[in-house]
Amino acid sequence: MTAISREDVAHLAKLARVEMTPVELDHMATELDHILSAVKRVQEVATQDIQPTSHPLAMTNIFRDDVVKPSLTNSEALSGAPAKIDGRFKVPQILGEE
Amino acid sequence: MTLDYLDYKAATEKYEPTLGLEVHVELNTKSKMFCSCATEFGAEPNTQTCPVCLGLPGALPVVNAKAIESSILIGLALNCSIAPYSRFARKNYFYPDMPKNFQTSQYDEPICVDGYLDVEVETDDGAKVFRVDIERVHMEEDTGKSLHVGGSTGRIHGAEYSLLDYNRAGIPLVEIVTRIVPGTGKYAPQVARAYVTELRDILRSLGVSDVKMEQGSLRCDANLSLAPIGSGELGTRSETKNVNSLRSVERAVSGEIERQANRLQAGERIVQETRHFLEESGQTRPGRSKEEAEDYRYFPEPDLVPITPDANWIEELRKRIPEKPSIRRKRLQTEWDCPDKEMTSLVNAELLDVVEETIELGAEPTRARTWWLGEISRLANEKEVLPTSLITTEFVAEIIALIVAGELTDKLARQVVEGVVNGEGSPKEVIEKRGLKVVSDDTALMLAIESAISAQPDTAERVRGGNIPAAGALIGAVMKATGGQADAAKVRELLLRHLGQGE
Ligand SMILES: [Zn+2]
Repeated sequence: MTAISREDVAHLAKLARVEMTPVELDHMATELDHILSAVKRVQEVATQDIQPTSHPLAMTNIFRDDVVKPSLTNSEALSGAPAKIDGRFKVPQILGEE
Repeated sequence: MTLDYLDYKAATEKYEPTLGLEVHVELNTKSKMFCSCATEFGAEPNTQTCPVCLGLPGALPVVNAKAIESSILIGLALNCSIAPYSRFARKNYFYPDMPKNFQTSQYDEPICVDGYLDVEVETDDGAKVFRVDIERVHMEEDTGKSLHVGGSTGRIHGAEYSLLDYNRAGIPLVEIVTRIVPGTGKYAPQVARAYVTELRDILRSLGVSDVKMEQGSLRCDANLSLAPIGSGELGTRSETKNVNSLRSVERAVSGEIERQANRLQAGERIVQETRHFLEESGQTRPGRSKEEAEDYRYFPEPDLVPITPDANWIEELRKRIPEKPSIRRKRLQTEWDCPDKEMTSLVNAELLDVVEETIELGAEPTRARTWWLGEISRLANEKEVLPTSLITTEFVAEIIALIVAGELTDKLARQVVEGVVNGEGSPKEVIEKRGLKVVSDDTALMLAIESAISAQPDTAERVRGGNIPAAGALIGAVMKATGGQADAAKVRELLLRHLGQGE
């Protein structure tokens, strides 16, 4: 049994706004299945005394003081924008909700 | 609608509401949650952004320590446990107000869990306390602001394009989520309002947020479902967003109870959806349907390390939790012997703190309240500023002390307040410069009295003969001679005694 179906991949592609052809979906389903199988093998090795981690470093509590530092200027902030009006980023109309 | 439309009363006689509330509060830190951009309200668009809050490639976030501290304070004030280990997570979705294409939030490891808040609601059987259980308090970041341009209605559907200002993106937000509140019955709207009010007061007393609902620094979403009374079931819930005042919280809940009851009554089902509250009508209209469950693909934020607050730090913060505002209000009201109506005025005008300080500085409670609510508030209204910005509690206490000592009349004191407010200096300086002191010095008064008598010898003679009311003319002359700064009762006493009519 595969860990990830072609439908799962299609769903993820939709969520990630990635357009994929049927051939690509098949290909990616197979590839991701390989990856997930490998992860599954690692999980078999992991036991109760191994803490799951999201970081390679055993660090906690990295904070900064609440001090304001200069921001980008308006034109710097907008310098990479494909479209802008009145100091704001212009984006295509948003459908669906307010 | 047909004849069997259920009004609110009929709706709550038939259905049991179940309430849940989510409150988002913007913290009042100087800098943003994960970067050092300023958080000032009302700045020019896109002048408070940087690679981190714009989501530019390679930018790395660093957590604002003050935001963590504020979140822990909120959790402690709401009787929560503070998690010894919590993490940030990415909530993935595409929306233009979220430039990173994910919101840095907390998912299954929030910083505070399992608290409660007791709120009091007036019921048919008197005041009743409802316990609202808090499920979690978690940290996240605000989104940018969109402006929709074009289209006929101004609503998004007709918009041709949207304009984005990311100044607000990345401002620390704390989300406070209740468990479902059972057993409120027909009082669900009042419980919702009392909860948000109490929460707002607590947040204000902690000093962690501006809690201005009209500016959006405190926002409430109300979840509501109905089930037939006694069924023991939980109905399908709707989530009403965009509720921007305390009154609206109450109206949104009662409106939604009525709407859902009538749908159920008509044999329709409730759709799980987000609804938008319409301030003008008090109604809600449907927004996004949640039939297709959202899939945010949360995962631990790889750019931020876990938060493990030190137990000593938490205990230090616990010491900073002030008295619960509702308890403090009751205590002060008793101590000051203050009528309900006046207490409400003080609370609404946010003058409790200054009145308390003024009293602590020695002022008599009734006078302290009257001066802050009366003359000072009146001047503040005129100038369209806050009363607390006009004059210090020290000066108010000083002026009240002078009144009590008989050195100022109320009328003179109003002039002193006016002088202080106009920047003429301290009360002492104003009194000096304007020559406002009450003439209570007996010698000075006697001189004025004697000159009045010598100016009106006939009147004086009549008083000597027992015509006490005739003294009025002499008293008037003395008051005129002293520029109205003498204490009239004192003048009368001295004058009558001088003319052989004193007791
Ligand atoms: Zn920034």
